[in-house]
Amino acid sequence: MSLLDAKDVAIERGDRSLLRGISLSVEAGELWQLIGPNGVGKSSLIRALAGLARLGVDGDICRSAAALYIGHSSALKRALTPVDNLRCHPACDVTVGDEQIAQALQSVSLAGYESVPVGALSAGQQRRVALARLLLSDARLWFLDEPFTALDAMGCEWLEQQIAEHIQLGGAVLFTSHQQSRFGAQQHNLDLSLYVSA
Amino acid sequence: MSVPDSDSLSLGAAFYRQFLRHGKALISSPADLVNPLLFFFMVITLFPLGLGPDPERLSQMAPGILWVVALLASLMVSGKLFASDFEDGSLEQLCLAPQPLAILALAEVLAHWLGTGFLLSMVSPLFAVLVGLPTQALPVLFMSLLLGSLCLTLIGAVGSALTVSIRRGGVLLSVIIIPLHVPVLLFGSTAVVEAARDGNPVSWLALLAALVLMSLALAPLAIGAALRISLDNG
Repeated sequence: MSLLDAKDVAIERGDRSLLRGISLSVEAGELWQLIGPNGVGKSSLIRALAGLARLGVDGDICRSAAALYIGHSSALKRALTPVDNLRCHPACDVTVGDEQIAQALQSVSLAGYESVPVGALSAGQQRRVALARLLLSDARLWFLDEPFTALDAMGCEWLEQQIAEHIQLGGAVLFTSHQQSRFGAQQHNLDLSLYVSA
Repeated sequence: MSVPDSDSLSLGAAFYRQFLRHGKALISSPADLVNPLLFFFMVITLFPLGLGPDPERLSQMAPGILWVVALLASLMVSGKLFASDFEDGSLEQLCLAPQPLAILALAEVLAHWLGTGFLLSMVSPLFAVLVGLPTQALPVLFMSLLLGSLCLTLIGAVGSALTVSIRRGGVLLSVIIIPLHVPVLLFGSTAVVEAARDGNPVSWLALLAALVLMSLALAPLAIGAALRISLDNG
């Protein structure tokens, strides 16, 4: 059974029709990259697939697994520490223990920053805190919108490793990125420029 | 935490977590807590200056002054309720949470009220002395503001949820929610007037309590729906 089924999805923004005729079926263990130039509607599509946007979205979208979405905005409270941010994250579907949070922060190389307010961290570090949620969720379906922005080489490598592990464990990942084919032959590509409405 | 990690979160725990998140964020920015109080204090001190130093007249107008200024203070902060959540993307995540958005939003509104309306009603007897409110009316002023501010915050949250995606939505927010604030102001200030002239304020307080219960039941649904609309627009 597929984790995500989308049939004949069309996206509009305002009066403008962006994309139409997109159908995809994401199975467990699959990795999908949405490709296309700026403004083609990558973010709009991934938001629609994650269930965030309903206005201006046409077609059938059926998710049969818990979803985790990480978008452009980090959803972190600047005044709170990384630990508080991760513990009280609104979309976290399970209770996370202090131990797990400490491990997750260590994994994103932020050990030692537990009590620094997120607002005092650099953009890349904030991105890492946001991405640490990948380790604290048991959602099977990941929607990552430009997850590699603001990350250094080591961070990118870490993220690639997390994604690879997740699909090995039977999850599925959809992500957008400007860089072509990050994962080579492992991944399915969805080139959105083929679906631009005339 | 003693709960095993793979347990899915109960509604109560999610409510508490959301409450805690907003509460902690509020505490760590003291300006948001102090500003409404400061506003309340400053505007209250303007009235004796503007109306002249006749204590008789001032004390007659005190219930109305206190209530209108409290309403304005609440209006001032309610626009900010969901603004930071909208900007930093927390709202998106809130919508994706498995728990109903209405319940999670209510947790946030209650945390916000504790930091603003509740605090204001706690210190209101102090400010009431400035405008010469008779001392026997102080407990009723406190009670009416306690109930009334909760009601104002809940109504304000609906307006804030509706206008959060609009740049400079402040004026629109006022236009939407001030008419809804009118009954609260009416019941609240009448209760204080009654208490000041040794009448019976209880029935007015009871009406106010009824308004609170009604908005507690209905406002979260409206807030949830409004937040989803705002997110679609943003």
